[in-house]
Amino acid sequence: MSAPPVKEHPTDLRWIGQSMKRVEDPRLLTGRGKYIDDLTAPHVAHAAVLRSPHAHARIRKIDASKARALPGVVRVITGAEAAEQTGPLPCFANPPVAQRCIAVDRVRHVGEAVAAVVAESRYIAEDAVDLIEVEYDPLPVVVNPEDALTSSGDAVLHPERGPNNIAHQRTLTFGGYDEDLRSADVIVRRRVRWPRSGAQPMETVGAIASYDEGTGKITIHANTSMYNYVGWLVAASLQIPAHKLNIIPTIAGGSFGSKIFTHKVLVLAATLARACGRPVKYVEDRLDNMTSCDNHGSDRIYELELGLQRDGTMLAFGMKVIDDYGAYLQFGVGHHGNAAAQLTGPYRIKSARIELTAVFTNKCQQGAYRGFGSEVNNFALERIVDAAADELGISPVEIRRKNFIQPEQFPYKIPTGNVYDSGNYQAVLDKALEMADYHGWRLRQDEARAQGRYIGIGLASCQERSVFSSTEFWFWNHEPGFALTSSPESVNIKVDPTGKAFVTLYSPFWGNSPETMATQIVAEQLTIDPADIEITYADTDHGSMGTGPGGSRYTVMIAGAIAGAATEIKRKLFKIAAHFLEASERDLELREGRVAVRGTDRGMTIPEIALQAYYFRLSLPDDCNSGLDARFTYDHPYTTQPNADRTDLGVFYPIMGHMCHIPIVEVDIETGQVKYLKYVAVHDCGTVVNPMTLAGHVRGGTVQGIGSTMYEHFYYGEQGQLVTANFADYLIPTLKEAPPNIEVGHVVTPSPFTEYGIKGGGEGGRMGVPPALASAIEDALKPFGVKIDTLPITPMKIRDMIRAAQQGVH
Amino acid sequence: MEQVQVSVTVNGIRYARAVEPRRLLSDFIRHDLGLTGTHVGCEQGVCGMCTVLIDGQTARTCLTFAVQADGVEITTVEALGTPAKMHPLQRAFWEKHGLQCGYCTPAMLLTAVELLNSNPNPTRDEICEAMSAILCRCTGYQTIVDAVESAAGAMKGEAR
Repeated sequence: MSAPPVKEHPTDLRWIGQSMKRVEDPRLLTGRGKYIDDLTAPHVAHAAVLRSPHAHARIRKIDASKARALPGVVRVITGAEAAEQTGPLPCFANPPVAQRCIAVDRVRHVGEAVAAVVAESRYIAEDAVDLIEVEYDPLPVVVNPEDALTSSGDAVLHPERGPNNIAHQRTLTFGGYDEDLRSADVIVRRRVRWPRSGAQPMETVGAIASYDEGTGKITIHANTSMYNYVGWLVAASLQIPAHKLNIIPTIAGGSFGSKIFTHKVLVLAATLARACGRPVKYVEDRLDNMTSCDNHGSDRIYELELGLQRDGTMLAFGMKVIDDYGAYLQFGVGHHGNAAAQLTGPYRIKSARIELTAVFTNKCQQGAYRGFGSEVNNFALERIVDAAADELGISPVEIRRKNFIQPEQFPYKIPTGNVYDSGNYQAVLDKALEMADYHGWRLRQDEARAQGRYIGIGLASCQERSVFSSTEFWFWNHEPGFALTSSPESVNIKVDPTGKAFVTLYSPFWGNSPETMATQIVAEQLTIDPADIEITYADTDHGSMGTGPGGSRYTVMIAGAIAGAATEIKRKLFKIAAHFLEASERDLELREGRVAVRGTDRGMTIPEIALQAYYFRLSLPDDCNSGLDARFTYDHPYTTQPNADRTDLGVFYPIMGHMCHIPIVEVDIETGQVKYLKYVAVHDCGTVVNPMTLAGHVRGGTVQGIGSTMYEHFYYGEQGQLVTANFADYLIPTLKEAPPNIEVGHVVTPSPFTEYGIKGGGEGGRMGVPPALASAIEDALKPFGVKIDTLPITPMKIRDMIRAAQQGVH
Repeated sequence: MEQVQVSVTVNGIRYARAVEPRRLLSDFIRHDLGLTGTHVGCEQGVCGMCTVLIDGQTARTCLTFAVQADGVEITTVEALGTPAKMHPLQRAFWEKHGLQCGYCTPAMLLTAVELLNSNPNPTRDEICEAMSAILCRCTGYQTIVDAVESAAGAMKGEAR
């Protein structure tokens, strides 16, 4: 597939671009949201899970007799018993790594499920969990990812995959990397450490599963996503045919990637329900979630190099990266594929290299968290760009300006093969500098330093790739070719006999605004009042392809799907109206809910046409059947095949957003506290559907990014214990850690390839903060020569670095 | 396990129930009374999702046993307003985009009710101080503070 045709975007928009209040909110505001734990089922039983206290051990013996004898206990199920009916969990790695909903024979991280209890109440289930006696034979524990490279013997987590703990290793080189480095005047090198943090939405993961012996069907209610894309993989794990499983979505109390599939919980709940012959409810508590969730993020050690000319022109960017994936490989090494979409950032870098080593350690497996690995690459690239500016004596602004891809160069192919559809990076930078009063603050910074105050001005200019397609999972495979998926999204629009629009989505609400987005876009397409539009979510029984939110894709994809379905509806509206009005379809127009003959007052409203369409077939044109609805599946607008040797990964993430973040902070050198004097975030997400909700994503993502930068760390001790397994130790920013005013600006460079020119903007905030805030703190502490290459940079660490510098210790 | 009688008024309705002494007030409200607008996030008193008003004061129901609530008056989000007739705070959260996933919202609203009951004219700093009791993972907090500030203004207008 070559580049798709450039779309003409309408400019006279009525609903798109409005800060419409959210359709989702009234029920959420009044406590009528119905999250997973708010649901129940007749005769439901409740599950609790016994989790491993060991990071790595063989399970020698499980004695559940006391638990089984406890009144109110329905069943106790061990891994071996679960495995009699349920196979390994879905896995997106190649070769797959066997992971089970309850461990069999061996546990590989603290918190892995060892047994599950089903009881008449959660209280009894938890009592019974404490009565299960397990004998373990501890095995050597691997915590440090660099140690994992040389693991042997019993320290190898998956001996069937090879003799060590290297999960995947591959070097990809794009362009003339070695030549470019040889021709560079300077090569800047840095070691960067990105620690493990996670999405940690306020709601954990849960499911209510039931098994109907009459029909042989399993039904699962859950706060999951991707059920209409890969839900059948849950059936495969349960070893039932796909049509014997129905997954019904509930709304989610936040996801940020963490509920992208949630297959551990789905498979566990269904396994228990089938074994008990009763509905079973399992909702993780916070400890379950923190030790065994699907949202531990990247955990990387980088050795970076950036080759430049003396004048600051960037030539080549390369990295050796070790990523600590934990005990399993749920989504393969797709996170590094994701990063390759924007490896060289907004810069005209000619060549690049990734030497990837993914390792297994005795930690919870990685999952998905807002950025999916690209936020880490942003941090690495921007840190080394700052280091280069420092070494070459160029300002952080100038080195970026000098290397930006220019507006006339789009579509622009970066060394990895991905194409950036459009952008205007200079405009974003200029707007951010102006909003921040960057130059004014430089003067104030000097004045403050003279008074012994430490003000720092940070800057990051980052990419936000949007509109995920699944290619990134597969091109790391060693097999030369593979079939390409487009990761489509569907919608069904029914205009009923009274003219109301019923819109069916095939992906869930997980804290974003799918109902509001769909309402605004349907209102735009059909000129129906938003109050006359109803949004519902389809289960898998009634589903169409829906990859769901993730990778900042949903608004773009649902806009494409709605435009497709609405076009079919309009075609029929026009055909019927032309027939009744005795006019040519070419002379008709749809305005304000009415199809009319252009330049006259003759027309029919949508309800009038719809009534005819449903009930009066014999009055319709001959080639019209009854009804007025349309289902449309929208394929990803632009993906191409990677080449066999992976010197070109093809186009896989071309809808490219961009942002510039400028935090202005003051560091208290006695306490290490960081105070925000100003925070500016300018984003270019193409055409904006709802400025209010986009700003919400930017601000919320920014505060999450502050958490990743300064406070949050899934910290595993030497024996593989997760030391920060609760909210008192794993520090999510409170209101006190958030900037009082995140000033959001937009530059609009519409995508030439998407409906209306929309680009995704769901992850942007978190993808820009870490390098921006690190540079601000580093800038504030310039007099001490402090360098920030390792996160999280807590106030205590800041203070320690200042102390070390003051004492001349490096 | 032995059960204990508890009598509690929730949103103006008196409930008499027999509960285990260990039953959490959060579970009692959510699962025994069916008032699921009160949420649970960490069950150790950090996140604040389970906040309700007990005799007008915010309390974390995951750290309270149902038996401790004997004789008290509890207000949950369900009493504030309905989609058709929202409380001024609910309207302000809607207008100012003070929520995304909505999970922390009931706790945020009740915390704001307590604040505005005791201090109808809070400064922005006072709002931040009060609202910092509850975690939110979606919004970045700024629009929550905006919403409380806006509601305070609106409620003054209505009281006049």
